[in-house]
Amino acid sequence: LRKNVEDFTGPRERSDLGFVTFDITADILNGKNGLQTFWNKNTLIIFDWNVKQLFLYLSAEYSTKNNALNQVVLWDKIMLRGDNPKLSLKDMKSKYFFFDDGNGLKGNRNITLTLSWNVVPNAGILPLVTGSGHVSVPFPDTYETTKSY
Amino acid sequence: AAVAAVAAMLSLDFLDDVRRMNKRQLYYQVLNFGMIVSSALMIWKGLMVVTGSESPIVVVLSGSMEPAFHRGDLLFLTNRIEDPIRVGEIVVFRIEGREIPIVHRVLKIHEKQNGDIKFLTKGDNNAVDDRGLYKQGQHWLEKKDVVGRARGFVPYIGIVTILMNDYPKFKYAVLFLLGLFVLVHRE
Repeated sequence: LRKNVEDFTGPRERSDLGFVTFDITADILNGKNGLQTFWNKNTLIIFDWNVKQLFLYLSAEYSTKNNALNQVVLWDKIMLRGDNPKLSLKDMKSKYFFFDDGNGLKGNRNITLTLSWNVVPNAGILPLVTGSGHVSVPFPDTYETTKSY
Repeated sequence: AAVAAVAAMLSLDFLDDVRRMNKRQLYYQVLNFGMIVSSALMIWKGLMVVTGSESPIVVVLSGSMEPAFHRGDLLFLTNRIEDPIRVGEIVVFRIEGREIPIVHRVLKIHEKQNGDIKFLTKGDNNAVDDRGLYKQGQHWLEKKDVVGRARGFVPYIGIVTILMNDYPKFKYAVLFLLGLFVLVHRE
């Protein structure tokens, strides 16, 4: 998995709002963090007969003065069994507003973006899997007031 | 006429059975019934303790988590305090003052050093997050609002509960038949 991002921040009311654009290249079928089926521990197959869909989400994780841990989902997608398991998205804008609880985005050097997914079976356990590969992104020290999104 | 005759014979047989049971056997059957009810209750309470949730099994009532979950699916929950709430998890929560629990996914969390956490949820099938559903003036959910985290699920089975809720006559019929069956069954 690989992601490239560029970003800028803007204050809205009194909380920081971050803007992130990203590319996602992922090959879910052959990913390292595959779901292991019960009977064959050596195969790393994610879409087996009992998988109805994967709920993929890109989350940003970071720390601020106000809060020790923050996690924000920037984008999500439902991938049904039968859909193309390779993702190749470019220049995506985040689906959800990246508001911080306070002003912790300005100058924050370490925002980690990770792709994870929830395996939804036809029946059974609902595991959450984190994809291998994540990207660290810094936010700039100043606010942008005129950039258009 | 033949059918009516057979029916009449069968019903007489059935009543004979009941009449043949003397008082002691009747008490025995009632006790049996009581045992079954107590065992069921014990299993339910046991589940509550093991999972840490006040409602370890819930039925999905709305379509807001489709296509993952549909109305009538059964969800198995745990609510262990050591499990931290993280984005992507499916939580079942109650809004203050409302009885009906909601099953949605965690979209955002802000957690303090001491473990205090506030989070936002959204249904997969909804266009917007749940802030509009929360109480007036409430912007976040907290640990205390959580009934449990969905760990596993079985489709369709919960439809029976929904039917029993929507059609009370159906519920009474089921309960009546069950009670009758247990009372009359000799073993």
